[in-house]
Amino acid sequence: MDWQGQKLAEQLMQILLLIAAVVAFVAGYTTASFRTMMLIYAGGVGVTTLITVPNWPFFNRHPLKWLDPSEAEKHPKPEVAVSSKKKSSKK
Amino acid sequence: MHSFGYRANSLLTFAVTILAFMCAIVSFSFSNQTPSAQIQILNINWFQKQPHGNDEVSLTLNITADLQSLFTWNTKQVFAFVAAEYKTSKNSLNQVSLWDAIIPEKEHAKFWIQISNKYRFIDQGYNLRRKDFNLTLHWHVMPKTGKMFADKIVMSGYSLPDAYR
Repeated sequence: MDWQGQKLAEQLMQILLLIAAVVAFVAGYTTASFRTMMLIYAGGVGVTTLITVPNWPFFNRHPLKWLDPSEAEKHPKPEVAVSSKKKSSKK
Repeated sequence: MHSFGYRANSLLTFAVTILAFMCAIVSFSFSNQTPSAQIQILNINWFQKQPHGNDEVSLTLNITADLQSLFTWNTKQVFAFVAAEYKTSKNSLNQVSLWDAIIPEKEHAKFWIQISNKYRFIDQGYNLRRKDFNLTLHWHVMPKTGKMFADKIVMSGYSLPDAYR
């Protein structure tokens, strides 16, 4: 996921869970059934999991531009005189 | 939110927190409570002094009650019991449970039952002759989530005979 996708995933998760809770509560209260409320809420949690947890393509619409490896070789890092530290690249 | 595990953890935590809030709101469901009950002693089956020296009496009770108004959508069950309450020189309050029942649904909460006492009515001593006592119907409303409430109806005016039978 990219940064925009992560933000979207977090917002979607919070909104969907709150909506599921409100719908579940109203449905349970009007039918006087605690069971209904729990079932609808569990369903809502399941749907939210399906939408926000897997790495869907629509979370990656603003992909980050990583530097191409061939470009990196053309611009080597400056050597440090006393000790050399090797920085590992981020995945 | 950069990995599967991170998002799954965040979602689960938030979901459980919201669940806790929902349960808290549900636990504040109260109904307009108007329970009623009547108990009749139909017969004193026998009234004896046990070998240990304690009095024991066996009664046939007719219990009528309407506890339907205690039920809400948050009620799991209502536990009701009838206790005989009286005073002796040894104890300022004696409570002897004579009968109890678990009422799981509203439909079963309006009932009429005629039985002899489910639990033995034995005194700590031999004080029951000519004893005046109250029969109290206690109930505990057990919720699905939240605090349990208990209340009672006191019915007075019952008494036992002068002599053993």
